[in-house]
Amino acid sequence: MLAGPITEVAAALRAKRYSCVELTRELLDRIARFNPTLNAFVTVDAERALADARAADAAITAGSAQPLTGIPIAHKDILATAAMRTTCGSKMLASYASPFDADVVDRLKRAGTVLVGKTNMDEFAMGSSSETSFFGPVRNPWNDAYVPGGSSGGSAAAVAARLICGSTGTDTGGSIRQPAALSGICGLKPTYGICSRYGLVAFASSLDQAGPFAQTAGDLALLLNAMAGHDPRDSTSLDRPVEDYARALAADRGARPLAGVRIGLPREYFGKGVDADVAAAVEAALAELRALGATTVDIALANVGLAVPVYYVIAPAEASSNLSRFDGVRYGHRAAAYSDLNDMYQKTRAEGFGAEVKRRILVGTYVLSHGYYDAYYLKAQQVRRLIAEDFKRAYRSCDVIAGPTTPTAAFAIGVKTGDPVEMYLNDIFTVAANLTGAPALSLPCGFDRNGLPIGLQLQGDAFTEARLLDVAHRFQQATDWHRRVPKLATEVAR
Amino acid sequence: MSWEVVIGLETHAQLSTASKIFSGAPTAFGAAPNTQACAIDIALPGVLPVLNRGAVERAIRFGLAVGATINRRSVFARKNYFYPDLPKGYQISQYEIPIVQGGALTIATASGEKTVRLTRAHLEEDAGKSLHEELHGWTGIDLNRAGTPLLEIVSEPDMRGAAEAVAYARTLHALVKWIGICDGNMQEGSFRCDANVSVRPAGETRLGTRCEIKNLNSFRFLEQAIEFEVRRQIELIEDGGTVVQETRLFDPARRETRSMRTKEDAQDYRYFPDPDLPPLVVDAASIERVRRELPELPEAMKVRFERDYGLPAYDARVLTASREIAAYFETAAAELPGSAKLAANWIMGDLAAALHKANLDVVDCPVPAKELARLLKRIDDGTISGKIGKEVFDAMWEGGAAGRAEGAGKAGAIATAAVSADAIIAQRGLKQISDEGALERIVDDVLSANPSIVAEYRSGKERAFNSLVGKAMQATRGKANPAQLNAILKKKLAA
Repeated sequence: MLAGPITEVAAALRAKRYSCVELTRELLDRIARFNPTLNAFVTVDAERALADARAADAAITAGSAQPLTGIPIAHKDILATAAMRTTCGSKMLASYASPFDADVVDRLKRAGTVLVGKTNMDEFAMGSSSETSFFGPVRNPWNDAYVPGGSSGGSAAAVAARLICGSTGTDTGGSIRQPAALSGICGLKPTYGICSRYGLVAFASSLDQAGPFAQTAGDLALLLNAMAGHDPRDSTSLDRPVEDYARALAADRGARPLAGVRIGLPREYFGKGVDADVAAAVEAALAELRALGATTVDIALANVGLAVPVYYVIAPAEASSNLSRFDGVRYGHRAAAYSDLNDMYQKTRAEGFGAEVKRRILVGTYVLSHGYYDAYYLKAQQVRRLIAEDFKRAYRSCDVIAGPTTPTAAFAIGVKTGDPVEMYLNDIFTVAANLTGAPALSLPCGFDRNGLPIGLQLQGDAFTEARLLDVAHRFQQATDWHRRVPKLATEVAR
Repeated sequence: MSWEVVIGLETHAQLSTASKIFSGAPTAFGAAPNTQACAIDIALPGVLPVLNRGAVERAIRFGLAVGATINRRSVFARKNYFYPDLPKGYQISQYEIPIVQGGALTIATASGEKTVRLTRAHLEEDAGKSLHEELHGWTGIDLNRAGTPLLEIVSEPDMRGAAEAVAYARTLHALVKWIGICDGNMQEGSFRCDANVSVRPAGETRLGTRCEIKNLNSFRFLEQAIEFEVRRQIELIEDGGTVVQETRLFDPARRETRSMRTKEDAQDYRYFPDPDLPPLVVDAASIERVRRELPELPEAMKVRFERDYGLPAYDARVLTASREIAAYFETAAAELPGSAKLAANWIMGDLAAALHKANLDVVDCPVPAKELARLLKRIDDGTISGKIGKEVFDAMWEGGAAGRAEGAGKAGAIATAAVSADAIIAQRGLKQISDEGALERIVDDVLSANPSIVAEYRSGKERAFNSLVGKAMQATRGKANPAQLNAILKKKLAA
């Protein structure tokens, strides 16, 4: 019983081909077997997962099942959960127990999902490889010498290895899409404000957005249906009509379902620096999209090349302030011995935070400092607006923007940890969507010469999640990249 | 050399909302430590601020009351610094664009009225409190106060001495209470001032180097602190020194200010717009709604009192010191057409003295305004003399206070008879004796009983007359109509 897409698992549960308890046991067994290698989970709670599963079976029997009832999921360990600790991959919060659930956690609970555990991640979501976790690096299910991407690497690896049916991640500069691409699964960053940030431990507040990981676009739609919605506890949460992201996917639109869809190809996403295998896989995917009826049009995003530097001013600035609350006074790690208040602060934060987090706090503190604010933070905000204008202009001539999610497939563990700038360049195609707040997703579209997955990124204007999901879904109807499973996952297939 | 003192004040007024500025936790004072701090107030990971509209409405009310501009778009920023009672490691405050800009306040000074310009007023959250007592060398943190809504009101450096600064602070204090945005309780920290003080040679137009004295929570401390600071700065300069820009603390026990930190160790707060809060946008309609609901303001009311009741400016100002005093006066004056000045005199005199002595606020006055008016009517129509009026007033006060004590908890449970002037006058037989025949008989008795005093008077000792008046008053227990009594006595003595 190797769990397929959520749509299929949900149908099987409803048809009672297997029970949710059986499914959950199976996945817990798989986690027990593979997690020691992958290190995708920080916390697994079998007892409560099985309790959730029993409740789901009862709901299915009672006929009160919702689309996600009984679907085992995991949350990135940056989303607060009352049921289990919320570590953010940091020593600072290694034993932190939140008294409340994040809004998206609560919504998925109410949707009937089974919470199995919390997934590993780059410390406080700062990283592109899931190597900066206090709990050790996450490994890529396709090759355990490689990174799964980050920061939501545990959530991506768990879905890729079929340890779980779906998971949540957060995306501040690509932290859902990049690990989805590197792990060979689907991941969606919704429009900023679609999913509440309440209970999402803030990294960069103006960029953070929670979203789903799953095997297919159809699954992403189901998960987003449950996660999205207005939350008065988050002042940046959008109060707009409820949308059914799965509805359009069901329609039969014949052999050319994407007829009329204009796909913009920014020349900036197809230049040097993109690995040849990645470029070829993306070109092949574009050919497939054209075959499905879409047209492609060349577009320009003049300032998008500045997205990474802009991001690495704004995100650390906000992070330096957001992480000030971890001071050892009220909760979390506190140094065992100290001479006075300042010594307590210094030792606590020196011990509690890892190197990458400290680097970003330092950068953020610097760019907000008196005399530097205008040159860095303010300038970055101005360029951010220019980038947003570029995209607005581009959407006059296209509906969707396509390109590689990352310039290369996964890289080996350890090769980029010594060079932060090299690491940051992994976000080159993903950060713009965070700066503009617009939605973007990544879906698998091939493999490189090493057998590592390649992701295709689809971006759209604000609130076009349904269209992005539809394009991805039609692509997946015609291809089977999303059906490819890492060898490790097939080892126990029954 | 003669020196000019220049003072500007920054005042923190705690806004009277039931819940905090960014959370739903209550703001009530005096609860056990950390029982009024929710997840948001203690900054647990993942929490977010949501702006309390009641705080915004109160800020707008203030802006309109001082004739300021209400910025239709204002921005919350983060002021970053580490302190144990600052849970997030930053304070949310308005920095570059405050909600209230400009405005002015009219104050009464020794040399007449003066306008103090306001720079701005902005919304922000209060921090918690560090507790050092009874913790055996440890520091405790109480976050009940964290997130309490504050309006920081910044004046221009328009005050020219401690007295003006105090007059400004008192006027501001009265205003925020008047418009119902702050309870004004200074002991509980609901209204506290920071004073920026500098001195310069008379005639100089450039400002001297200023020192900021933090957290002055009484008018007396404000006055003492400024007076000390001015002396300190002048002596320093006259001794050849220079003032260093710094933050100072006032020590009430020693009545002096002490350096807390200099500009050199001033922190870099790294202000930036709070990404958790969209810019605060206020539409014209809600500003207009607040404007419509604004009560008549003290300045306007003062002008009206002068005009409609013919009161002197001084009386009008005293009677508009608070909405409660003004309401008391207007209720009494309504019962006394044409005699508003009599009501003013009594309220500012006997009533104020009695309230002060009993340490009562006018809303808790045992003598209702209407009853006071009935008493004044009896003085006005000659039923009793002014002197007897005071005795009746005392009786009304006692009756009211006793009734209040009995009916504690039941508002308005004062027995009417106990505070009724007419009832007291009748009961105690205090009605003035104005009957000509009766008074003549009394005078005859006094004259025949005191032949030696009569003789003294007749020998030219004018003072003996007063002695005879006194005897007659004694005989009538003060009830004789004084004017009539004088006339009769004069007539009889002349006969």
